[in-house]
Amino acid sequence: MGLRKRRKDARKDGSLSALAPVAGNGLIDRRALLGRGIVFAGAATTGASASLIGAAAEPLANGPWSLGPGVPVPPYGQPSKFEQKVVRTLSNPKLEPRGSAARTPHHLLNGTITPNGLHFVIARGGETEVDPDKHRLVIHGLVKQPMVYTLDALHRYPMVSRISFLECGGNSAPLYSKEPIQGNVQALHGLCSCAEWTGVLLSTLLEEVGVDPKARWFIAEGADLPTMNRSIPLAKAMDDAMIALYQNGEGLNPSNGYPMRLLLPGYEGNMNVKWLRRIKLVEQPVMAINETKQYTILRPDGKAWQFYFPQEVKSFITHPSPGLSMKGPGVYEISGISFSGNGRIAKVEVSADGGKSWARAALQAPVLSKAFTRFRMPWNWDGGPVVLQSRATDEAGNVQPTREAFIAERGPPRGTPNVAAFTMEHCNAITSWGVNASGEVNHVYA
Amino acid sequence: MSMRETLALAAALAVGLSLANAADAPRFGQPIAPGDLAPWDISIAPDGVGLPPGSGTPTQGATVYAERGCALCHGEKGAGGPSGPLVGGGPLDRTDRDPVKLIGNYWPYATTIFDFTRRAMPWASPKTLTDNEVYALTAYILALNKIIGENDVMNADTLPKVKMPNRDGFISKYPEKH
Repeated sequence: MGLRKRRKDARKDGSLSALAPVAGNGLIDRRALLGRGIVFAGAATTGASASLIGAAAEPLANGPWSLGPGVPVPPYGQPSKFEQKVVRTLSNPKLEPRGSAARTPHHLLNGTITPNGLHFVIARGGETEVDPDKHRLVIHGLVKQPMVYTLDALHRYPMVSRISFLECGGNSAPLYSKEPIQGNVQALHGLCSCAEWTGVLLSTLLEEVGVDPKARWFIAEGADLPTMNRSIPLAKAMDDAMIALYQNGEGLNPSNGYPMRLLLPGYEGNMNVKWLRRIKLVEQPVMAINETKQYTILRPDGKAWQFYFPQEVKSFITHPSPGLSMKGPGVYEISGISFSGNGRIAKVEVSADGGKSWARAALQAPVLSKAFTRFRMPWNWDGGPVVLQSRATDEAGNVQPTREAFIAERGPPRGTPNVAAFTMEHCNAITSWGVNASGEVNHVYA
Repeated sequence: MSMRETLALAAALAVGLSLANAADAPRFGQPIAPGDLAPWDISIAPDGVGLPPGSGTPTQGATVYAERGCALCHGEKGAGGPSGPLVGGGPLDRTDRDPVKLIGNYWPYATTIFDFTRRAMPWASPKTLTDNEVYALTAYILALNKIIGENDVMNADTLPKVKMPNRDGFISKYPEKH
């Protein structure tokens, strides 16, 4: 039966539609997810999936944890000791004199909020320990009255909360290499995370200091080793820039800028200056190292793009992904993360045949602007080799490019570097996972 | 409360809030005099605004480079170490290998060398170099890259005038003209 015919049949007959594919290699209509077991009922009657009705379960017994008290509840809860493998990978664990990267283990998480201890980090001088009582934020330059703010003072302003992703400009750079680098989703895409941030809008403070009409940019600078600095258009300050004080309800994690950081929703991670201590309003960009040498994108003609701010529309599949092997043919949920620095995710499509056919995935509500949106796609794997891909489109109509289209624009990669090398920034090409007949998942180019 | 009353209350609250915002916007910042924030105002614009008094030559810079152990990370004469080289860098449009972005072939402004060295170097004890030492190191790096002469003096007047080879190599993606 042809795909089109099967899709038509699936629409006509709800009960039979359950496992009827809507795209190649067994992708099932996303609405099956809403049917509360319709997939499983269908599978049971058709016998389509061995994984659904396994061997009989063992008799049930009480575990020791049911036969006595536990341990005292700790003042600050830690993850279960059985979750010890759910950690970041570190590029510089001994703090040698260079930057440090910590990558989020997306394959071991679900939902859309990254726990604070697993949020990705790039730090030039290690984790900076700032005494909140001694920390100051100064706003000066092209203003009517330069002002200094203590943390206590900032707590007296009206606060706002928003859920926002952050992504390093160098995230997903391994996709820009000649051969597919064998790494898991943490290695390839671990430099993005999503949290609820709470703080004071920068525009609130700028109203107080009074903006000189000549100001067009502001310089944001941290209190860390290199006093990391970036130039940011003033328009972003007036739009949605925030002095964030809380991360997922608690004070910022030290690695993420405690006691305060700049949050520029949707903009390149490096611009979201951590341990923020100074904002200077200026007419022109300051041409800092991180906006000239770093975070500029060299084109094939030898020219480089500068001030490439929004992180563009992206998605990747976290389940399954390298390291998460398939356990035999049957029904699975493909799921992953999508986001766009230009607004909300409009749709995510999934392909199980390397991009020949696509089906729309279900988007987990709420779908928020400039935040992680999880997508889910039911899939009946027949046990054969397949290539899984996801393709996101944002509300502005931007579509995640194929790797081929991305390479056509940026020029061909000339080598296959180390997985941690940032050979290309703002890389949002489609990721392909190859699933082989034994259920193993690998990074492939398709 | 009827729907109409609820709406009326909401409208009144909204008006009240906006009035409150205008009249009583929170003001908890402490004014500070420019002189008092000067120790933190280390920004240096590409036109040289913000450069401090002082000066240095490549020869003086070679001495500072040795004294402060710069070679541990950047190698002898900036040839490269754990933190990468300060000299070299070929054409940026090569098709046979990835071009390496270095000071000589990529950085558009010489002021950025001074700025980054002053704020971030040496890695283990940043902000301990004197302004003369930073000028000297900047001169040394520029001379190693053959961008200035062996005897050129770098100071607030000469440094912004150094034209880096890749000065015109950048195209802004940000839509606003600036």
